[in-house]
Amino acid sequence: MALTLEARIVTHLRQPRVLEVTSIVRQHLLALLAKEPAHGYELKLALEQTFGAAYPSPNIGQIYVTLKRLEADGLVRSQDVAQTTRPNKRVYELTEDGRDAVAAWVDEPSDGPRVRDDFFTKLILAPRAGLADQMELINKQRHHYYRLMRGLNEVQESAGRHDTAARLLIEGNLLHLQADLDWLERCQEELV
Amino acid sequence: MTGAAPVPVMLRTRKLVKEYRAGGLCVEALRGVDIELAFGEFVAVMGPSGSGKSTLLHVLGGLVQATSGEIWLRGQRVDGLSKRDWAIQRRRHIGYVFQSANLLSTMTVADNVELPAILSGVSARQARQRREELLDDLGLTDKARVAPARLSGGEQQRVALARALAHHPSLLLADEPTGNLDSANTRDVLRLLRRTHAEGQAILLVTHDARVASNADRVINLYDGMVADDWSFG
Repeated sequence: MALTLEARIVTHLRQPRVLEVTSIVRQHLLALLAKEPAHGYELKLALEQTFGAAYPSPNIGQIYVTLKRLEADGLVRSQDVAQTTRPNKRVYELTEDGRDAVAAWVDEPSDGPRVRDDFFTKLILAPRAGLADQMELINKQRHHYYRLMRGLNEVQESAGRHDTAARLLIEGNLLHLQADLDWLERCQEELV
Repeated sequence: MTGAAPVPVMLRTRKLVKEYRAGGLCVEALRGVDIELAFGEFVAVMGPSGSGKSTLLHVLGGLVQATSGEIWLRGQRVDGLSKRDWAIQRRRHIGYVFQSANLLSTMTVADNVELPAILSGVSARQARQRREELLDDLGLTDKARVAPARLSGGEQQRVALARALAHHPSLLLADEPTGNLDSANTRDVLRLLRRTHAEGQAILLVTHDARVASNADRVINLYDGMVADDWSFG
């Protein structure tokens, strides 16, 4: 089955666990709503249009689930707005608590490198259990990074000159991959 | 030479060894490297500094002589060639881009690019056509009459690439061709490499930049003078 380029990139990008997705998406939705009230689909579009193909965009289901939880937590409230030719849409806006939550998120420094790195855990523990060879693991991971890089290069080429946020996100991913590759080299020097 | 010649590929090495001796100390830069490059293939060589990747390129370009092992270029064994015969090989078949541009300072950009084509025996008119085409591809048309010293580092490196491609070499050897370039210049160089590769140019490129390597068909990783990994994008 042929996937679109964007689908391949998104599938390949490190996908955090479902729970993490939800908590990350929470912040992003709150930050969008801090600008203006919006309904679920508008939020999805805003994320995609701002961050482009390299952003692992949540599906519409995840967005609605997240909005419901934010409402249950008292961070957003919603009301139905009647539309003439289509079913009513539910428009969400921030509550006072929601504004505080966004402000706190903006104020906090964000997490740095991934300390609990999945690949590294594998690299250390799997050979101890006789499950894998370290050099093979390193090479396999390296190939994966090369593929990601090529995919990002292609997306970068096709990104418009004016999609600054999207281009910078891709650039950031490329730099992280470069660092990951350098780290693999260090692992190879020390472990193999 | 012993045995039957292997099936001709663009480039093949067998048990390639290069030792450097200095003051009773022997450093093995290459310790038995076997690589193969098909006609038209684009291969990137990566590895930490000191892994032997630059030495490999120097040996393959005939700039440094191997201590032992075989090099086959287009089905012909070349590791034992004299300096003069290597020069002929390069003029006919090999384009070489160094880490620093190494342009001839007393000649214009245009003459720098045309010279290898003229040395390889094409007419002045063809050489000029090819030069115009390459400089145009690299956005350097308006610099043709300028002396290399008046160009930025990125421009000089692009001219060096144009020069290496001027005589339509069957093999392009490139040593960190984007090493000193900013990202805009890197993009231009990569675009030209991809385009010439699409037209059938075989390329062997040494780089520490995985972004550059991810444009190749295959990536070879050297480690400690040996091939640690040889992998194709499927």
